[in-house]
Amino acid sequence: MSAQLTDTVRVETAASAAPERRLNPFVRAALLVVALLVVLALPWYIYPPVAMDILAWGLFAISVDLLLGFTGLLSFGHAAFWGMSAYTTGYIATQVGVPFPVAILGGTLAAMLIAIPTGYLAVRRTGIYFAMVTLAFAQMLYFIANQASDITGGENGLQGIPKTFFGIELVETDSFYFYYAALPIILLGAFIAWRTVSSPFGRVLLAIRDNPARARALGYDVERYKIMVFVISAGIAGLAGGVFSVSHGFASLQELVWTTSGKVVLMTVLGGIGTLWGGPLGAAVVVLLEDQLASSGFNGIGIITGAIFIIIVLLFRKGIWGTAADFIERIRSGMASRGRGDA
Amino acid sequence: MTEFLQYTLQGLAAGGFYALAALGLAVIFGVLGVVNFSHGACYMLGAMVAALLLQHFDLGFWPALVIVPVIMFFFGVLVERLLVQWLLRLDPLYNFLLTFGLTLLTVDVMKRQFGVSSLKYQVPAGLEGRFTIGSVDLSVYQLFAAAFAVVICLAVWMILTKTRVGMIVRAATEDAERSRALGINVARWVTPVFGFGIALAGLAGVLAAPYRAINADMGSNFIIILFAIVVIGGLGSILGAVVAGFLVGLVEAYGQGYYGQLSQVLIFVLMAAVVLIRPAGLFGREEVA
Repeated sequence: MSAQLTDTVRVETAASAAPERRLNPFVRAALLVVALLVVLALPWYIYPPVAMDILAWGLFAISVDLLLGFTGLLSFGHAAFWGMSAYTTGYIATQVGVPFPVAILGGTLAAMLIAIPTGYLAVRRTGIYFAMVTLAFAQMLYFIANQASDITGGENGLQGIPKTFFGIELVETDSFYFYYAALPIILLGAFIAWRTVSSPFGRVLLAIRDNPARARALGYDVERYKIMVFVISAGIAGLAGGVFSVSHGFASLQELVWTTSGKVVLMTVLGGIGTLWGGPLGAAVVVLLEDQLASSGFNGIGIITGAIFIIIVLLFRKGIWGTAADFIERIRSGMASRGRGDA
Repeated sequence: MTEFLQYTLQGLAAGGFYALAALGLAVIFGVLGVVNFSHGACYMLGAMVAALLLQHFDLGFWPALVIVPVIMFFFGVLVERLLVQWLLRLDPLYNFLLTFGLTLLTVDVMKRQFGVSSLKYQVPAGLEGRFTIGSVDLSVYQLFAAAFAVVICLAVWMILTKTRVGMIVRAATEDAERSRALGINVARWVTPVFGFGIALAGLAGVLAAPYRAINADMGSNFIIILFAIVVIGGLGSILGAVVAGFLVGLVEAYGQGYYGQLSQVLIFVLMAAVVLIRPAGLFGREEVA
């Protein structure tokens, strides 16, 4: 057992995490177009603030997948970066009164800034220890935010964050327009994640995930790569957290608590680790489910999400995307072998 | 100086719970390779069950001290047989996530059942009152709890070092693979060890019941501190868990005494320092990566 712990985590990732098994470019382009259309059409069919939640949590899940699926690091403290950005964005927006994208940029930088020491310390431990160390640091930030109530508002949170968009003041009822104003930020985050994994840098990350000792032997500074991707991931989580707090108009301690870190990991695993696509899928399922449960007056959402977590981990470790991809793969190879049999 | 003594005793008292629960976490990790996220929830269940035994069956603190760990042992056995065992061969990450899901489930079930307000529990007869020498002032119960935790830790230590079962568990903790190669049936001990670890968490819960607020959320901060403790002590090390448990109790008490509200942050600063200077933990062995 100790042998497993010395490495990065060995997770069952979906096909797309292995570049040689990617779908062909036409299918991928088609999927991308479909995804964009879905994202553009979403607030027409779903209550816009809920649609915004799906995108924010989806991007948050992408940031976790970047670490878990593509580098083999489970961060169980990503709420720190989401929450740090949520508070900083809110603080800048209320105190300075800049347009919200600028405030989110500030929040994102703050998240990346605290990710540097956290990452530096966390990468000294691997495997499950990495998860525990990141979790502990996120909790530390939670305590600090709770104490620094002059800035964070303590238990009450930071309220009344305005949605100022380059001279236009979007009020609460303009959530439909806010969705489209914030959409480019979400897409930017997703694009950064995609660029990261498809770059030579991303290939090194895969090498580290699959065999850290070999990556080291090939001359790569494994720790430095891990810290770099950790900071990138924190930045993406920061973009998502900033959008979330502006969308809701407040930032609260809920953003920093460890159940938030757990929730985003649930979304990632539910959607499919190592897919990038999976995160938003998992986020959509969880957000819609929670919305449904909350409106039906059911208190005890943890019972449902906890049960989903247990079932997913026990039975569908590749998540929705991974299970579907496997299924398609099996049909295709079934057809191929039957084709050979005929000939 | 008396201030210092006061905080030291308080710290040792608080450290007792941490040591007891962390010991359970360390034993489970050692033999099964599972980081049990639900340990905080089990601590909470221990306290809740004690309170419910009092409410419904009029069973007080002393019977609870025996009954609750037994109940929690069987709860642990059930969890291991139904859930944990299926993932033992995979990366430890999966059982970490599984027990995280179990935590969410357990906490919200208890919340739905018993609400968010705290259940009542009084200090057992004979242990009320304060213990005062000069300006040192502690509750008698706190002293009892600390002493009791130390006794249990010592008893577990004796079991581990002096009995055959203990030897097997230690061997499995050290190196499960090699123990198997030497003909020890490690698999046979997996379920009871898991139950035993959970029972220790439950016992810590019972001990905490008379002077902590008993509610569904009482384990949620506890588990994070436990994780910090095992990172400080070195996760594979049983001695490390106990020593770090008391250490963190002391740091928390000094922090509360001298710095007020920032005591919780100090624990994580200590953890950061350990990770920086000795990544494997105070008593952990260096990993070869």
